Amino acid sequence: MKMFVCVKQIPDPNTVVSKLDPNTKRLVRSGVSLVLDPGDETTISAAIKLRDTLGNSELTAVCMGPTSAQEAMRRALAMGVDRAILVTDPALGGSDALGTARVLSAVLKKEGAELIFCSTESTDGYTGMVPGAIAEFLGIAQLSFAREIKVEGQKAIAHRVTQAGYQVVETNLPAVVTIASGSFEAIYPTMKGIMGAKKKPFVQMTLADLGIDAAIVGEAGAREQVLAIGQAEARAAGQIIKDEGDSAQKIADFLERYQLL
Amino acid sequence: MTKTIWTLVEIEYGQPARSSLEVLSKAAKLGRAEAIVLGAEAAKVAPLLGEYGAAKVYAHSDATYDNYLTLPAVDALSALLQANQPDLLLLPTTYDARDIAARLNARLNLGLITDATDLQYDGDTLKVTVPWGGENVVTATHPHGGLGIVLARPKAFSVEKVEGNTAEIETLNIPFQSASQCIKVLERIEEKSEGPALEEASVIVSGGRGLGKAENYKLVEELATVLGGAPGATRAIVDAGWLPYSHQIGQTGKTVKPTLYIACGISGAIQHLAGMKGSKYIVAINKDEHAPIFSAADFGVVGDALTILPQLTAEVKKRKAH
Repeated sequence: MKMFVCVKQIPDPNTVVSKLDPNTKRLVRSGVSLVLDPGDETTISAAIKLRDTLGNSELTAVCMGPTSAQEAMRRALAMGVDRAILVTDPALGGSDALGTARVLSAVLKKEGAELIFCSTESTDGYTGMVPGAIAEFLGIAQLSFAREIKVEGQKAIAHRVTQAGYQVVETNLPAVVTIASGSFEAIYPTMKGIMGAKKKPFVQMTLADLGIDAAIVGEAGAREQVLAIGQAEARAAGQIIKDEGDSAQKIADFLERYQLL
Repeated sequence: MTKTIWTLVEIEYGQPARSSLEVLSKAAKLGRAEAIVLGAEAAKVAPLLGEYGAAKVYAHSDATYDNYLTLPAVDALSALLQANQPDLLLLPTTYDARDIAARLNARLNLGLITDATDLQYDGDTLKVTVPWGGENVVTATHPHGGLGIVLARPKAFSVEKVEGNTAEIETLNIPFQSASQCIKVLERIEEKSEGPALEEASVIVSGGRGLGKAENYKLVEELATVLGGAPGATRAIVDAGWLPYSHQIGQTGKTVKPTLYIACGISGAIQHLAGMKGSKYIVAINKDEHAPIFSAADFGVVGDALTILPQLTAEVKKRKAH
């Protein structure tokens, strides 16, 4: 089966407090440490697990981003993805979810993707609107918020997270599957994987390669406009103490003072 | 001019979902609120919505919406939106609404703004408030005018009744396309957890990576139990597989507003703060005095949660016994 996983490179959520540039109104990406989205690592792991169960399948990572995203793609390859496609083009800067989905779906269509994995949402933008839009552009079904996924013949079956528990949902292939964060154990790249990643196929594409009009993607095609960027309201400073062995009593005193016990 | 704001009302156990009523209440304040309700119990739910400010309700009672995900609702909404041209579709951030919004946005080439905590009209310009990265608040709009979608953060708005208001009900009879009945719900499984649900709990004790390892999370659960609260988690430890996704609090995961939130070994990443900053009282225990969680805390202890948690559980037990 032709399996694909859509991935993103983002400012490291564990070390970077992400900021917006007041002039460009875009995410500040320069001078910060960029990583493969940790949510995507879960998704890639889920896809690799399924690929290995199915056999006779190939898993390709697809990414839209600047050339620096090559590094994130190499991590995906080191984890066990078979090949990588990076769409990079100056006209893509400032793309919103819809623009991103247009580009990714063009790649997936061209490649004849049969099963497409995405994370439920990215860890920087959080819109979660890309996978559904990809499914719509491709005219196929999406199984969302999956915490389990299997393929039986031409059907994909997922356990979809709900408010009360989960649903078992089924659709015919091709389909988009979105993986809920933390649902699959992450695969860590081995030294062999890292060395082997260098030899795996890595394709770079531009908008022209995909036949996409630059006017419908990037900032030109964005359907959300930022009017202003302000400062968040700060909470009144609280009381901070150093633990000297009696912290439990002090916390309990605080709780009693505000009738929280 | 009065704006017409639509919302899709989801049904839970035969009642309108609370998250839907939150956005319906907000819509009624912004202009003329109209609700769409789809599913086997739509006719039963429709008359209840006037009370929450709906001027009109479009109802289609058919189990197809319950048995097949996303696409039947997208088809119905798409046809209705094009025929009636409201100014805005305001949706709560729920599992189903997110799926529907993503497809509708692509199908109709609309504008879409997610994670809104407030919105208003300044003349004809929609202004949507979106918290961004902890330090910033962005005001966003749909640039080309016309119909757009806004997804509101859970609990951003309160449910408010409009006394004496009744809604005009239009019964829909939209034909279904067989191609759209392609995501079939085979089974629904409810997972009961002990104690109060996270969204309902007035006390939440939450754990993060500072607990060191999965086994230590039981210290969080023990304190939650003696306080009659619910245990929560950061995305980091959910990603690490310590706990299921249902425990996750944050921008991804659940948004909670308990009376008391106790954060244990949580550094306070933006993603987590976004989900719990609305708590009335926040207590934080963390080894790192520079952890951002302390800027949100009413009472903070710089110390090891592993040592302090069992002492606090014992102390609370003792004081409650008196």
